[in-house]
Amino acid sequence: MPITKTDAVPVRTEHDIVLARQQVRKLTQELAFGLVDQTKMVTAASELARNAVIYGGGGTMRWEVLADGARRGLRLHFVDEGPGIPDLAQALTDGWTSGSGMGLGLSGAKRLVNEFELDSAPGRGTRVTVTRWK
Amino acid sequence: MDRIPILRMGDFLLVTIQVDMHDQLALTLQDDLTAAIQRTGAKGVLIDISALEMVDSFIGRMIANISRMARILDARTVVVGMRPAVAITLVELGLSLAGVDTALDVERGMRRLRDALDEAGVASADHED
Repeated sequence: MPITKTDAVPVRTEHDIVLARQQVRKLTQELAFGLVDQTKMVTAASELARNAVIYGGGGTMRWEVLADGARRGLRLHFVDEGPGIPDLAQALTDGWTSGSGMGLGLSGAKRLVNEFELDSAPGRGTRVTVTRWK
Repeated sequence: MDRIPILRMGDFLLVTIQVDMHDQLALTLQDDLTAAIQRTGAKGVLIDISALEMVDSFIGRMIANISRMARILDARTVVVGMRPAVAITLVELGLSLAGVDTALDVERGMRRLRDALDEAGVASADHED
């Protein structure tokens, strides 16, 4: 998949969560996403960035602007080196949380994007990749 | 530390969220607002979120918490001005904001609070008879 533009930003602090969603907002605007699609992608990014900060002990968000023929999209990789997730199916269940959240982060973010990949294991950290096409 | 201002208008408190809130700011607002209800004896809280471009599960939970806490402190909360794109996203995210009273804009929200206050006044007057 041709990547026309890419960069990475840190997601280590609460303030980084705000910056990450502002970055995603800017990219979705550049891609001329509709307002609802922009909002969905920004919200998904906010959930995943917060997960990386709270559960992953901080990480990075790498973004990629994709061109697939005439189709354009935005892909985000959230990578942390935290404790990892022992049970991926459980982690994707609505309402399940290992912390004090509502347990909507992963499952909710998944519903807000077109493609969703979760790769994690205990001791190996967590990588979540989401893509939304225009 | 930055804070979101809370304005008093008679029996009501008015909060307009105009910044992209980081999590601590949202928690501070929760604390400040409950303290303000207690201090002023306010009967209603109006939260204007028309400037918010997104509400994620954290901010959604904060809004729901404020509404429930205010209820226990004998104040009613109305959330106004949610953008349609935000509402669509919230529902897909899985957050229904159950128990949170909403209105389309500030004017309708204020009317809702006043009506609730009037009804409560009538009810207590009846009770005294």
